[in-house]
Amino acid sequence: MKNRMILVYIITWLVGLLWLIPFLGVFMTAIRPLDELLNGWWSLKPFNIGFKNFLSAWNHPTAALAQGILNSLKVVIPSTILPLVIATMAGYYLSRYRFPGKRILFVIIIITITLPQQMIAVPVYSMLSKMGLIDSYLGLILLHTAWGIPWITFFMRNFFATLPAEIEEAARIDGASDFAVFFKIVFPLTLPAIGSASVLQFNWVWSDFFLALITIYSPDKLLATQRIPLMRGIYHVDWGLLSAAAIMVMIIPILVFFLLQKYYVKGMIGWAMK
Amino acid sequence: MRKSGFSQFLIFMLPALILLSTFVIYPSIKTTLQSFVDENGKITFKNYKDVLTSRDTIDLSGFSRGFPLGTLLHNAIWIAIHLPLTVSLGLILAVLLRKVRGGNILKSIIFLGMVMPMIIGGVMVRFMFDGNLGVINAFLGLFGFESKTWTAYPETSLFSLIFGSVWLWTGFSLVLYSAGLETIPRDFYEAAAMDGAGPFKIFFKITIPLLKPITVVVVTMTLLWELKIFDIVYVATMGGPGGASNVLALQMYTYAFRELNTGKAAVVAVLLTTLTITASYPLIKGSSDAR
Repeated sequence: MKNRMILVYIITWLVGLLWLIPFLGVFMTAIRPLDELLNGWWSLKPFNIGFKNFLSAWNHPTAALAQGILNSLKVVIPSTILPLVIATMAGYYLSRYRFPGKRILFVIIIITITLPQQMIAVPVYSMLSKMGLIDSYLGLILLHTAWGIPWITFFMRNFFATLPAEIEEAARIDGASDFAVFFKIVFPLTLPAIGSASVLQFNWVWSDFFLALITIYSPDKLLATQRIPLMRGIYHVDWGLLSAAAIMVMIIPILVFFLLQKYYVKGMIGWAMK
Repeated sequence: MRKSGFSQFLIFMLPALILLSTFVIYPSIKTTLQSFVDENGKITFKNYKDVLTSRDTIDLSGFSRGFPLGTLLHNAIWIAIHLPLTVSLGLILAVLLRKVRGGNILKSIIFLGMVMPMIIGGVMVRFMFDGNLGVINAFLGLFGFESKTWTAYPETSLFSLIFGSVWLWTGFSLVLYSAGLETIPRDFYEAAAMDGAGPFKIFFKITIPLLKPITVVVVTMTLLWELKIFDIVYVATMGGPGGASNVLALQMYTYAFRELNTGKAAVVAVLLTTLTITASYPLIKGSSDAR
């Protein structure tokens, strides 16, 4: 029994560390000069640390990450706040009110959650062009907002379903309007769920590549994720540069994850398991 | 539940509905219509015929010649390898990590694959399989294999991406199964152990059946992810070499934004959507019945 437990420990830790190796590799490649890596990043002699790769990626001549990360933030922040406000209200409405066509609307919302972005790509492109919103952050923000609404609505509706309606009824008897009830009583109780949904929406918008790829073109407007393939090069890959860039683009969602892990995991579970 | 008045509908629901209809529902309908229209604006099935008989989509001669086999089959292979691996690995790790000290740290590390942008995931996968710096080569080198960049050869590029994506996605099933395990009452295990059941018997007779609802969710979401796979392929191989690692989502992008063939792109999009809706049918049905 004891031997078996030790075996379980060893195997589990080995598998866990196996998962860490690619991160370690990218990190080692980013902080060390190229000529030290010729025998693999795992050979540690000689071992010199430098931040040149980070600086080159940050100030890259054609795909500077400094600009990319700033641009991404300009898109991600409104694209997190807007759908949250709109979809929290929609989720509340779906959980508390009945109206004709509700069931169909609900099914449509669930179906839109499963759609691939390719399904909307071409019409959205021509629509935004006509509206003069192509290659503009406003267009992309609207797109992310619309794309986030169905899943957040669904998520919030499930949250409200667990919230007893009695308090709201009591407030109504005291003469509060539906909107006062929502903003003064329900909204504060919703904050943990909003926290979870924001963390996930932030992460997903930050990570988005496809929607940005089809809507943002100008070199100075490209988002962080769009700059990564540009740094890759076609025939020769500068791994030091690319690793440093990869670290800088993933560090933000990873920091958010570690800081708000509780919300993140709750959101992931609540989202997937209704 | 209250009956909705017009003003409630207006304030709570209308903003969401306007955005959703404009940017998601209407474009989806338009794409569906476009799939039936040819270059001259006539209604036709030609696009479907073109795409479904194209070597880009299904290339049976690949079975004797080697990759590419076509995007549809590539996605199918992706599912056939990636789905069983990630689901079972996640479940086994969830059970093991519960018993191990420091399990939560390992869980977070494994979950990082889900947190990073998939475009970075693609870079990392390409890095793992690189000829000079890749750790896969270093490992295989121990057994005398020749060093090569696995993503650059038609016979190995798709498999490299698939196995790399196992590394990225296992955290998802791990976290969901871990949460599911918390909901199984301890008494169940204690009673089974009292009856003399060993750990394997407990795993197969208690853990797996009780986790079935979670398995449905994990399998569905994983299927959706595998069908929609795009970023990883785009950045690691661009579907190459010679289409050997191309997938449906990237095929659609190429048709639409490189070849500017809206009709064929729409067919691929409709095909992809049909597959995702079919895959998520259990969830769609379950959720709408619950209402």
